Amino acid sequence: MKSLHAQHHALADSSYQLTVLSEAEAAGARLPAFAHKLRESGLLPLRPTELAVMQVNVGKMCNQTCRHCHVDAGPDRTEIMTRATMQLCLDALAQTTIPVVDLTGGAPEMNPDFRWFVEQISALGRQIIVRCNLTIIVANPKYYNLPEFFARHGVRVVSSLPHFSAGRTDAQRGEGVFARSIRALRMLNAVGYGVEGSGLLLDLVFNPAGAFLPGSQAGLEREFKQRLLREHEVVFNNLLAITNLPISRFMEYLLESGNYESYMQKLVAAYNPVAAANVMCRSTLSIGWDGQLYDCDFNQQLDLNVAQNAPQHIRSFDAAALQERAIVINQHCYGCTAGAGSSCGGATA
Amino acid sequence: MEKSTYYNPADLAKFGNVADWQPEMGRKFFDYYGEVFKEGALSEREKALIALAVAHAVQCPYCIDAYTSDSLQKGADEAQMMEAVHVAVAIKGGAALVHSVQMMNKAKELSM
Ligand code: SF4
Ligand code: SF4
Repeated sequence: MKSLHAQHHALADSSYQLTVLSEAEAAGARLPAFAHKLRESGLLPLRPTELAVMQVNVGKMCNQTCRHCHVDAGPDRTEIMTRATMQLCLDALAQTTIPVVDLTGGAPEMNPDFRWFVEQISALGRQIIVRCNLTIIVANPKYYNLPEFFARHGVRVVSSLPHFSAGRTDAQRGEGVFARSIRALRMLNAVGYGVEGSGLLLDLVFNPAGAFLPGSQAGLEREFKQRLLREHEVVFNNLLAITNLPISRFMEYLLESGNYESYMQKLVAAYNPVAAANVMCRSTLSIGWDGQLYDCDFNQQLDLNVAQNAPQHIRSFDAAALQERAIVINQHCYGCTAGAGSSCGGATA
Repeated sequence: MEKSTYYNPADLAKFGNVADWQPEMGRKFFDYYGEVFKEGALSEREKALIALAVAHAVQCPYCIDAYTSDSLQKGADEAQMMEAVHVAVAIKGGAALVHSVQMMNKAKELSM
């Protein structure tokens, strides 16, 4: 499968995605503006709380082409962060006490400077999260020792595994992905990841493989733990349930399958003010592969930069000025505020 | 537009309106309903699958829609959902079939 970008698909253009999102809003009072909902909850303008996570997207290159990918990542994407931009992130980090750096992509490990970057962040004493897609570990011999490398730097590994059955996983992430993911999980377990007492955290991410919301995170976690242990002798720490946001390739799936309108209605109907108060953009700064600043990885993919009056690029990072900004919101934000809420750390309410 | 069927998928979302003409009974029903589907001795997924099976047994299209989506949401996969339906089929089929004993009795009674 090719990325939307390589297909020259209309949805590869973020402004077109924003048009689709706003048309659904115009389609009827049934889909109210997200800003209106936030105002009702007393949260408009949406302001940052304390900055706790620097999320760095080190590139769109990936060995997979999952059908729900909000990054439109894939083997045909070449945009990756340079070492010079990574250095700017490190300089910014050094000025602050931001405790967590969350590395994402694409497959972040495919960036040739990835290991160097992890070593430098680790030297600054910050906790590192890597959004590892699992299959990258078994994709090529040069990645086989990633589990040891992660363990050496105490990296917290967060990996998508949409389902404990091969069928539902492969339908979303590609043929054979489940089997390769299980092999990678075993390699992570072998160095201590997910094993009680090791201190090495391995979290899995549940994304619904279709046009529905995730169920209760705790219930799904119990289910995943039992099944993965019984059928594959795999252990892990936490399951993070994440709602698919209606953008990029998931938007394409929704439109093609005729589910777009009903999915948006589902999200709106499930709007939860408690989840809205805890959206991750309030405590996260997101940095794009080219150093531009965003409120979150979703806004990044929609080319919605941080508000005009805030620094726009990591080279002009200014924590105090960023604290003053209003977070840029749009209709896709309903995805973060539906039901139990959704963030890179799972449910929020 | 004239409806070609008695059932309208949009009516599922109006289920709550059934409390309009009898709020107290409606409230009691929905409180009870909510309580039944909470995680308990059975997991939420198991309850969703039971509901899916029962929906087929009572042949309620609203419930089939609702509990197909709920089962997926609670983490069930296609194989589990189809097995649940077969449980309903087995019970319904079995229930019909076991009555054939009565047919056999009656036939014997009436026959020479
Ligand atoms: S969802 Fe993750 S693994 Fe899949 S294509 Fe996107 S970045 Fe790659
Ligand atoms: S999509 Fe981004 S900006 Fe919108 S609520 Fe979610 S995290 Fe915040």
